[in-house]
Amino acid sequence: MKYHTPHTFEEAAGIARTSSGTLRYLAGGTDVLVQMRADIMTPDDLIDIKHIDGVKTITKRDDGGWDIGVAVAGAEMSEHADLCADWPGVIEGMDLIGSTQVQGRATLVGNLCNGSPAADSVPAMMAAGVTVSVTGPNGVRQIAVQDVPTGPGKTCLAADEVVSAVHIPARGDHGGDAYLRFIPRTEMDIAVVGCAVNLRLDRDVISEACVALGAVAPTALIVADAAKALIGTTLDTDALAALAQAASDACNPIDDKRGTIAFRKDVAGVLAQRAAKIAYSRAKGA
Amino acid sequence: MTKIHITTTVNGDDAEFLCDPRETLLDCLRDELRLTGAKEGCGTGDCGACSVTLDGRLVCSCLVLGVEAQGKEITTIEGMADGDTLHPLQQKFIEHAALQCGICTPGILVATKALLEKNPDPTETEVRYWLAGNLCRCTGYDKIIRAVMDTAADLREAS
Repeated sequence: MKYHTPHTFEEAAGIARTSSGTLRYLAGGTDVLVQMRADIMTPDDLIDIKHIDGVKTITKRDDGGWDIGVAVAGAEMSEHADLCADWPGVIEGMDLIGSTQVQGRATLVGNLCNGSPAADSVPAMMAAGVTVSVTGPNGVRQIAVQDVPTGPGKTCLAADEVVSAVHIPARGDHGGDAYLRFIPRTEMDIAVVGCAVNLRLDRDVISEACVALGAVAPTALIVADAAKALIGTTLDTDALAALAQAASDACNPIDDKRGTIAFRKDVAGVLAQRAAKIAYSRAKGA
Repeated sequence: MTKIHITTTVNGDDAEFLCDPRETLLDCLRDELRLTGAKEGCGTGDCGACSVTLDGRLVCSCLVLGVEAQGKEITTIEGMADGDTLHPLQQKFIEHAALQCGICTPGILVATKALLEKNPDPTETEVRYWLAGNLCRCTGYDKIIRAVMDTAADLREAS
């Protein structure tokens, strides 16, 4: 295994381009090192991207949005009061991953590119409208988070592309987001169902909404019908019922001992309602 | 396989070692630097027995490569006592009998020290969540939690 420490993303993508074997990027390493340990794979080339300028910084842009460096760990995000105030749901998704020790290393981009359908931060990022910069041979392109995962363990990224930044939109006025997941215990487990809701209010009426589900399909997914059930309502009983139905209907889950298909569909509806209520009260400033 | 020369700081002292890039920081600490306080439990970041701090941040040293230690500051359980004087957490763990076999103890002590530096007045719930990634198979957690709460109270009084 060759260990590389490039100083730019272009250099990193260049190493990837000339690599003929298995290649992995190292930021927090909480997935890569586990795979190496389990002999699932040992990379021929391991590219440590932490020597690149800016990868450990959280920056508020002039437009009010946020740029998150690709090696910023979950703990660093949770300790950032202004970021937490703007996007509590994104923070909730990231913070639920692993233990305190894992939080000291794990990153949003690692969670995204590992490609698990149950990744907690991914539905939260999708609902928030997060995009990533991807550096490749033809320069930098922007991709919405929702377009990155293409199946379990698979992403849309080419072999010579590397995610080089995370961009969270400006929160704007009267907005709120929330992420909830169901696990069979209280901590340190993988989502059986995850649900993120991001919405904006015009007085008491929901004017914009996005609902995303995790762990109930081959990739996390945005549920357009669930958002439709919310928009134009005050989150009344009928809206909540329609939201739950739309969320359950969108599920295409696996059936296993941690959750049957029927259970996962039902819980998706329940979590969507609960997350919507939290997001709504946050949008109200409560 | 070419070994890489790493210079780093461990418990305030300069340290250097040669490592294969595939070796974990845990292996380097134990096998190269002979600091065997950090234990290997699961090797996959689930049990916390290998907890150390890396530039002040609590991590599992089994999920860090040795080569990543270049230029960093590492603290391990070996840096916790001041010579023969135990750290208050270590003293309280003995008083509360908060250990039996002791395999998980170095990781739990390193983790709780990091917690109390960040939050000197944690609730019991906060302590339990903070330590969710430190598994113990014999003491049973309650004595550990009591020792941590008692230490925190003492340290607050002393400060």
